[in-house]
Amino acid sequence: MMTASLSWIRAEPWGIHVVPADCWIDPARPVERALITHGHADHARGGHGETVATPETLAIMDLRYNTRDGAVAAHYGETMALGGGVSATWLPAGHVLGSAQILLEHVGERVVVTGDFKRRPDPTCAPFAVTPCDVLITEATFGLPVFLHPPVEEEVGKLLIARDANPDRCVLVGAYALGKAQRVIAELRRAGYHDPIWLHGALERMCRLYEELGVELGELRLVADARKDELRGAVVLCPPSALSDRWSRRLPDPLTAMASGWMRVRQRARQRGVELPLIISDHADWQELTQTIEDIDPAQTWVTHGREEALLRWCQLRQRQARALALVGYEDEDD
Amino acid sequence: MRAFSALIDRLVYTASRNGKLELIVDYLRTTPDPDRGWAVAALTGALDFPAVKSASIRNLMTERVDPVLYALSRDYVGDSAETVSLLWPEPVGPREAEPGLDETVRILAAMTRASVAPDLPRLLDRLDANGRYAVIKLATGAMRIGVSARLAKVAFAQAFAVPVEDVEEYWHGQSPPYAALFAWAAHGAPAPSGELVPLFRPFMLAHPLEDIAVDLADYAAEWKWDGIRVQLVHAGGETRLYSRSGDNISHTFPEIAAALDFPAVLDGELLVRGAHQGGEQGGAASFNALQQRLGRKAVSKAMLADYPAFVRLYDALIIGGEDLRALPWSARRERLEALIEELDPQRFDLSGLIPAEDFAQLSEIRAGARDEAIEGVMLKRRDSPYVAGRRTGLWYKWKRDPLLVDCVLMYAQRGSGKRSSFYSDYTFGCWDGDPDAGAELLPVGKAYFGFTDEELKFLDRHVRNHTVNRFGPVRETDKSLVFEVAFDSVHENKRHKSGLAMRFPRINRIREDKPAHEADRIESLRSLIRD
Ligand SMILES: [Zn+2]
Ligand SMILES: [Zn+2]
Repeated sequence: MMTASLSWIRAEPWGIHVVPADCWIDPARPVERALITHGHADHARGGHGETVATPETLAIMDLRYNTRDGAVAAHYGETMALGGGVSATWLPAGHVLGSAQILLEHVGERVVVTGDFKRRPDPTCAPFAVTPCDVLITEATFGLPVFLHPPVEEEVGKLLIARDANPDRCVLVGAYALGKAQRVIAELRRAGYHDPIWLHGALERMCRLYEELGVELGELRLVADARKDELRGAVVLCPPSALSDRWSRRLPDPLTAMASGWMRVRQRARQRGVELPLIISDHADWQELTQTIEDIDPAQTWVTHGREEALLRWCQLRQRQARALALVGYEDEDD
Repeated sequence: MRAFSALIDRLVYTASRNGKLELIVDYLRTTPDPDRGWAVAALTGALDFPAVKSASIRNLMTERVDPVLYALSRDYVGDSAETVSLLWPEPVGPREAEPGLDETVRILAAMTRASVAPDLPRLLDRLDANGRYAVIKLATGAMRIGVSARLAKVAFAQAFAVPVEDVEEYWHGQSPPYAALFAWAAHGAPAPSGELVPLFRPFMLAHPLEDIAVDLADYAAEWKWDGIRVQLVHAGGETRLYSRSGDNISHTFPEIAAALDFPAVLDGELLVRGAHQGGEQGGAASFNALQQRLGRKAVSKAMLADYPAFVRLYDALIIGGEDLRALPWSARRERLEALIEELDPQRFDLSGLIPAEDFAQLSEIRAGARDEAIEGVMLKRRDSPYVAGRRTGLWYKWKRDPLLVDCVLMYAQRGSGKRSSFYSDYTFGCWDGDPDAGAELLPVGKAYFGFTDEELKFLDRHVRNHTVNRFGPVRETDKSLVFEVAFDSVHENKRHKSGLAMRFPRINRIREDKPAHEADRIESLRSLIRD
C-alpha cells in the first residue's frame, strides 16, 4: 500500500476539513457545507449552509433542529462528487439509525472517516461495512482495554431478571434519546418481551420517528398517561438526566438501571447512583476498535476523539502509524 | 463463588444501609455452610491472606498486559483490583470449573509468597470478571463496600431471627467460618459456650439526659470520666481487654491484662496516670495522655513508665464465674466494692459516687467540676440490671458544656493553602433513626479545624484508605469513623436535609474506639436547639 501524502485533508480542532472541496465533516461550528456522519448532537449541529447526510440522519436533524433548508440526501452505497476532484461514498457505520462512514477519494488516495461506529449486530440500524483505505479516521470513545462490552443478550437478560424479581417496583432504564433507547426497546422485543414499554416524554418523538422510518418497537406508552399501579413490574425508559430528578418520584419505587458502555466501570455507575448497570453501548469496544484497524489494515490511523492515548499505544506496539487529532466538542451525548 | 461475587457486586451498587442489609440477609438465608461463614468473614475484614499483596497482583498483570496500557486503564478505572479484574486475559481453551467460596478461601490461605505467582493466575483463570474482582478484593482485604461488622451482625440476627445482642456476645469467641454460630442460629444447636474463652459482652449504654431531672433516690450519680470505655475479661486462663467496639486491645495495654488473674468480666474507664492529677478521685490524666498509648501495636518500656494505665471500675458483669447481669445495679455495686480490695491498686480503682442530696445539688457540683478528666455526670438507676445496648430510663449521661455530639465522617475535601494536599475539610452526619432498623446518615455540619497536625495526618490517611466514592474533589468515605464534634449551638435550617445547622462546629476528638452505629441521632441533636 502506498504512503498517503494527504495534504488535501486536514484536521482542525473543530472538524475535519476536505480542502479541495472546501467542505467539513461533523464540524463543531457553522460552515458553508457540512457532511454529517450521524444525528448525535456532538456530531450533527444546525446552522450550516448545506448539510449532506443520509435521509435518516436528515430526518433526525430535522426533528431536532428544524434544519430542512440546504439538506442533501446521500444513500448508503452512493458516491457523489464533492468538487475539486474529491468524491464521497456513504457507507453504514452500525452506530445508530442513519449513521454513516464517509469514504473520501482524491488523487488515488482513500480516506475513511468512521464517525461513531460499532461492529455488533443492532436491530435498529444497518451493519458496519469494512472498507479498505489508506487512512482510517476512527473514534476511540471506549479506547481502553478494560472496555469489553458483553453480549447484549446477557445485559437484556439482567434487565428482565430484575423486573421479574421486583414485581412491586418498576425498572427505570436511563438511555440516550437517540439510538440507545430504541435499541434497548428493540432488543427487549427480540428477547420476547411484548408488554407495553413506558417512556419519559422526552423519548417519545425519536421513538415515533424510528417507527416512521421502519424500525418496529412494539407497544409504547407514556408515563404521563399511566396510573401509578400500572407501572408496577413495568419497564420504563427515560433520558439519563431524568434518572435522579424529581420526575422519577411519580414511579413506584423505581430500580435504577442505566444502559451505557461506561457501566463496565463500577465507579462510573456508582457516581450516577445506578443500582443495575447494563453494559449496552453503541460504540465499538476495545476489541472491536483494534479488530477494525487489523481488518482494514490502513497505512495510517488517525483518532478523532475518546481515549486515544491507549489506542495510539496499541498501534505503536504493532508498528502501525497513528496520530491523535484532538478534535474538541465530541462525546457529550452518546455512549 | 458466583453467589458471593454477585453479592459483592450488588452491595457495591446499593447505597442505602437498608438495601445492603436486605441483600446480606437474603444471601445468608440461601447460601450453604461454610460459604456463608466465609462471606461474613470477608465482608467484615476478618480474613487475612498475608502472602497475597497488591504489588504482586500488579506484577502478574503487567506480565500479561503492556504496562502502559495497564497504567492508562488503572488511571481511568481508579481502582487496581477492578482494573485487573477487567484486564485479566480470558484463558485460551475451555475454562476450568469455577471454585466455590470455600475452595477459593482454602486456595488463598495455602498460598505462600513464592507460590502466588503460579497459583493466583490459575485461580483467576477459573473466574469471570466479577469473580476476579471479588477474589482480588478478598485476597487483599480491601472490600470497602460500606459493610461494617455491626451491619453484618444485624443481618445475621435478622436472617435467623435471633437477638442481635446474643449474636454480638457469641460472635467474639468464634473464628471464620463461624460454624458454631451458624449451627446455633440456623440449625437450632445449643449456643456456643463462652466459659472457657474470654468473650466480649456487649456494653450497657446511656442515653443523653435532656431537660429532665431525676430523683436521686432512684438514681446514683457518678462522674463521667474522659478516658475510653473498656471491658476486662478473664476466662480459661487468659485475660483480654476490649474497647467499646469490641476490639481486643490487650496488646496495647499489657500491664492491665496482666493485672487480672481470676474469672471475671468488669466494666470501667481506661485512664492514664499523669501530670494532670486532680479531682475528687485523683490520679487520672487528661485524654491527651491516654492518646499517646492508643493504637500502638508494640508498647515500649518507656511508654509503660511515662503513661502508666489503669482502669477505673464502675460495674461488674461476672465475678468468679457468677453472672451478675440480672441483679440490680446496687447489688452489683456492692460486689464490685468488695472486689476492689482484692485488686492491684496500681491498676484498678473504683469510680466513686457523687454524694449529692438532691438533683439541684448535683447540678451545682457538676457545674463546679473543673477536672480535665471529667466529662460530665452519669446517672444510673439503682435497680437496673446490666443489659446490652441503650435502654430508655436506665442509664443517662449528662455531659458538660460545650455541646458535644458524636457524628460519623461522611465526606472529605482537600483544604487550601498549605493544607491543599490533605483531606482536611470534613462533612459529618448523624443517624435519622435507629441504625439497626435501616436508618441513614444525614449530614449535619462541616468542620475543618479542632485537630492537631498529627490527627490531620491520621484523618488524611483514613480518608484515602476508606474512600468508597469520588465526586470531583470530594471523597465519600465508608462512614466508619466517629468524631466528637463540639459546637456552640444548633438551629433549625430548612436548607439542609437534616433540617439542622450547627454554629461553630469543630472536631473535638476522634473517636476511633466508637463504632459508627453508636454515633448520635438527629433527634438528640435536635433536642439541643435552644432558640
Ligand atoms: Zn454518536
Ligand atoms: Zn461521538
